[in-house]
Amino acid sequence: MTGKLTSFLRNLPASGRIGLTLVVFWLAIALAGPSLAPYSVGAFVDQDVFSGASSRFWLGSDYLGRDVLSRVLWGSRYTVFLALGAAILAVCIGTSFALLAAIRGGWTDEVISRAMDTFISIPSKIFALVLVAAFGSSLPLLLLIATLTYVPGNFRIARALAMNLVALDFVQVARARGEGPVHIALREVLPNMIHPLLADTGLRFVFVVLLLSGLSFLGLGVQPPHADLGSLVRENISGITEGALAIIVPALAIATLTVGANLLIDALKPGGKA
Amino acid sequence: MSAPEKPQSSLAKLVPLIGKRVLSSLLTLFLVSLVIFTVSGLLPGDAAQELLGQSATPEQVASLRHEMGLDRPAHVRYVDWLGGIVRGNAGMSYVANMPVGQIISNRLPNSLTLAGITAVISTVIALTIGISSAINRGGKLDSMLNITTLSLVAMPEFLIATLGVLVFSVKLLWLPSIALVTPDASWGQMLRSMALPVFSLTCVVVAQMARMTRAAVADQLDRPYVEMAKLKGVPFSRIVLFHVMPNAVGPVVNAMALSLSYLMGGAIIVETIFNFPGLASLMVNAVTSRDMPLLQSCAMIFCATYLALMLVADIVAILANPRLRA
Amino acid sequence: MSAPAVEVNGLVIDVTLPDGTRKAIVEDVSFAIPKGEVLALIGESGSGKTTIALAMMGYSRFGARITADTIRVGDMRIDQLNANELPKVRGRRISYIAQSAAAAFNPSRPIMAQVIEPLLVHRLANRKEAEAKAIEIFRSLALPSPETIGRRYPHQVSGGQLQRLMAAMALITDPELVILDEPTTALDVTTQVEVLRTFKAAIAASGATAIYVSHDLAVVAQVADRIVVLKNGRTSEEGTAGQVLEAPSSDYTRSLLAAARPAIRPSADASEDKVLTVSAIEAGYGRITNGKPAIPVLSDVGFALKRGATIGVIGESGSGKSTLARVIAGLLPAAGGEVCLDGEVLPADMADRSREQLRRIQLVFQNADTALNPAHTVGEILSRPLAFYHQLKGGAAAARVAELLDLIRLPRGLETRRSTELSGGQKQRINLARALAAEPDVLLCDEVTSALDTVVGAAILELIDELRRDLGIATVFISHDISTVKAFCDNMLVLYSGTAVELSRQAKFAGAISHPYTRLLVDSVPDMDRTWLAQRAAVERAAMPGASLKNSAGEALCRFLPRCPVAIAGTCDAMPAPLREGEGQAILCHHTLANLSSAGLAEVS
Repeated sequence: MTGKLTSFLRNLPASGRIGLTLVVFWLAIALAGPSLAPYSVGAFVDQDVFSGASSRFWLGSDYLGRDVLSRVLWGSRYTVFLALGAAILAVCIGTSFALLAAIRGGWTDEVISRAMDTFISIPSKIFALVLVAAFGSSLPLLLLIATLTYVPGNFRIARALAMNLVALDFVQVARARGEGPVHIALREVLPNMIHPLLADTGLRFVFVVLLLSGLSFLGLGVQPPHADLGSLVRENISGITEGALAIIVPALAIATLTVGANLLIDALKPGGKA
Repeated sequence: MSAPEKPQSSLAKLVPLIGKRVLSSLLTLFLVSLVIFTVSGLLPGDAAQELLGQSATPEQVASLRHEMGLDRPAHVRYVDWLGGIVRGNAGMSYVANMPVGQIISNRLPNSLTLAGITAVISTVIALTIGISSAINRGGKLDSMLNITTLSLVAMPEFLIATLGVLVFSVKLLWLPSIALVTPDASWGQMLRSMALPVFSLTCVVVAQMARMTRAAVADQLDRPYVEMAKLKGVPFSRIVLFHVMPNAVGPVVNAMALSLSYLMGGAIIVETIFNFPGLASLMVNAVTSRDMPLLQSCAMIFCATYLALMLVADIVAILANPRLRA
Repeated sequence: MSAPAVEVNGLVIDVTLPDGTRKAIVEDVSFAIPKGEVLALIGESGSGKTTIALAMMGYSRFGARITADTIRVGDMRIDQLNANELPKVRGRRISYIAQSAAAAFNPSRPIMAQVIEPLLVHRLANRKEAEAKAIEIFRSLALPSPETIGRRYPHQVSGGQLQRLMAAMALITDPELVILDEPTTALDVTTQVEVLRTFKAAIAASGATAIYVSHDLAVVAQVADRIVVLKNGRTSEEGTAGQVLEAPSSDYTRSLLAAARPAIRPSADASEDKVLTVSAIEAGYGRITNGKPAIPVLSDVGFALKRGATIGVIGESGSGKSTLARVIAGLLPAAGGEVCLDGEVLPADMADRSREQLRRIQLVFQNADTALNPAHTVGEILSRPLAFYHQLKGGAAAARVAELLDLIRLPRGLETRRSTELSGGQKQRINLARALAAEPDVLLCDEVTSALDTVVGAAILELIDELRRDLGIATVFISHDISTVKAFCDNMLVLYSGTAVELSRQAKFAGAISHPYTRLLVDSVPDMDRTWLAQRAAVERAAMPGASLKNSAGEALCRFLPRCPVAIAGTCDAMPAPLREGEGQAILCHHTLANLSSAGLAEVS
């Protein structure tokens, strides 16, 4: 097992190792961060606002004098887990529809594909805005909105994969044997889609992080008293003229998370980056 | 494209093909309108209640509902709404108390200018990066550009925009951080105020487009006909220009269309940050104020733009493919 | 004696493996070709034949490194040219004809632009002169409408024509050396002969020296003056064509020759009861009206098969032979006609067949690479039918899997491997074993050896032949290769454009009496005899008609009419072909059986 891990790491290009480090770092922060936070997330602990780094406040304080480090540690939890949840849900739903469409074919495929084509024609951020306007933006709703927004994209990729596989002889063999659609979907087709689907989950994760932090940045995402990394950028936007840490740190946090994930996915692509 | 002219026979083949594609786009647009209307007009709470606030009496709400036509059945309202949009009458804004059409027509030219400038700049840069990456596959330049674009695609727009403001407006004092676009502004002022929004959008769009262009060109470079051309002694520059590009036109245009459609999403953040009076920031305002008629119209415009871009890309691909053309 | 036109000494080609070490894929190969002669590089996949041929142009794939003491073509030392000088030689003094013209032509450019490109890039002629020269070559290669064919796009001409057009592209600069890389492998057997003939004549006329890369000894026998037999990147044998083909010195060459000429097996002692009866099948795609599909593929096809017997189904690509297998298996429901198993009519659609009915007919797919699920281990692949059809689980299933591995002569212990880790031959054995696991009565084998090397394929055929005799399985053997069918089958069904034109017992195969199309197929397979091509009369080949031919009265005519060398005007084009039945033979033709004998045909043609 450890041997596999070391050979995996050795074969990973440098960009992939950087990506892996960043992703593992942020996952760890999201899991353990809040317990490491030196201050309570909502406490006004500094008389000064937008103060710089100091021994008391490692990453300075925000526009209300709250500890930036603590807020980022908490905020990353919202960002990471909302995105992870939405990405996984979107891939599960999209892939289920894709398998149904590919294996049933005929009008089932026509109807599902046409519906997904419709949803994919609504640019994801626009769709998310309409959903927010309609439903609001509580945490469960945001999870739902992000999921719905990225189901069609995953469906399209998963359907293309499944269609290629269904056309292969081993699926014909299973059909000729008399296997039912569930066996064909789960035992014959799905196992051959796992790698690209994992990569797609990673991509959706990046998209959802960008979408939700974008929404929060517009004030339409995670609402106070909760705050994800995007909300932190928004609430501290007035500090931009002084280049406050309170705005730079959460923005960089998002960027390192998404860039890291993207570098990792790219390095894991079959055939490497070339 | 250096295709010889084949008037009648190819035309007879092309027209139905393109016609079918146009019809399919229109059908999708129709379905999109259904989705947008359903999500924004039916599911949520009552707009009349919303407008009047919690203190309103049920009678007041009922009369406003009647006035707004909200008490009619859903399908009647949908047909009415769609008919209005088709005729260019998208109803009244709840908030501004102005025809939606008028509000949009004030904003649309700004958005089109922003998108137009960004599209031209991005396309030129992205094609250069994408093609030079592809022909240097595996080389230093390629891996450098790969890491750069890979990082840039994953960068939140607001980070790029804030960094832009920090560097160009706060530190260097070169550019305004707020895009004031007034009708009487001179061209110079106009360009200066657009510089940062264009810069922010370009970064994101270029990265996306360059990556897809590289993939499309690299895919063609792996084809056996490229090896054959090498074995005929054809110089590499000529292979790229005369052999690869005619085949890559379809996928590259598709990549361009997809990336440009991304402009619309990216514009939402960028327009808001710079207070740019465009359609995307208008839509954000409509969401905040729950101004549904305005929101629906904005959403329809964005979706129609997306579909139009895809349609153009598909038609170009059809025209570029001799299998479909001749 | 003058120096040879081409000389290669100590050629080594190696690739860098992921771990940084270098591995030789071609080792110490040397040969020489006198001017104007054709050297054949013979070998199976992985023998390095194409790699060597490309090295003659200083070109290698996947960053492989070419080193040699000498690679000389005429007065040029290819091994000493640098990256700037090589392109000036390629396509000008050395040219290349690829295996698949369909892939090697740029789909987006007209053919003419591509054919004259070597002349233009090497500045040997202006466009007008180049086009005139191209048209001249088109004419000499017997291409139809040579004046205008260049204006078409690659997808608008047939495979055989495209292959000739590529030859035109290669010959247009009057090169000293022409490399032909399996130029006829992708073609149907009846097309191959004519393409081969034109290539041979064109090369002879141009006076060029040639290297002919092939896996097919019989094809090489027709064109080569010298032969180098390659195995795993090394020379196994080298000599004149006569020497290598008639008195081979290496065991490897002998095994290649033996595999190319399978010995004829005696008919199995089949019992008298018919296990599979297929009658009056109509099948195809699209909407079905009056029992006929919109796009018909098969029409009125039928045969009967006794328990333990084999029938070979033969025809060119597009003749409907794979469709027939899919119809019998129920994957493509027939629009009309019946499939009976032991006298019981099977539902047309496999969805309506019982599990037991499905078990008794098993289909073995052509390409084991795609027929085996890469996500499953060999054990999983073989135990699934055991569980599905025989409810065997756990230890009993494991024991049966081991038995099956014994049966197909693969080592036990392979159960835990995934199919992607196996060789082509091993995969095809697993593919076969999975069908046998069902314990079928009927085995449908669809081109099971066409993706394999000759020797590996021959071993698979042996295995199938042995198993069906031992286990008493009736076999439907679909193939494009008539010599295989002749050797292994008790009965033969010849399909042409979706109709059965001949059904014969083994004793009658390609014997005295046969359908003109069967004769064409038989005559198109090259013999090992080096004079075969020269002796064989040229046959004009028309395209296979897609839909059925009809006369002015609307009667369906013989589909073979456009290509038939012995068609009778006023008969064949006026009424449907009658079925002639003789002993052990049924032929769809206007000619009487007596007329269809070789002697009779000689008279009418």
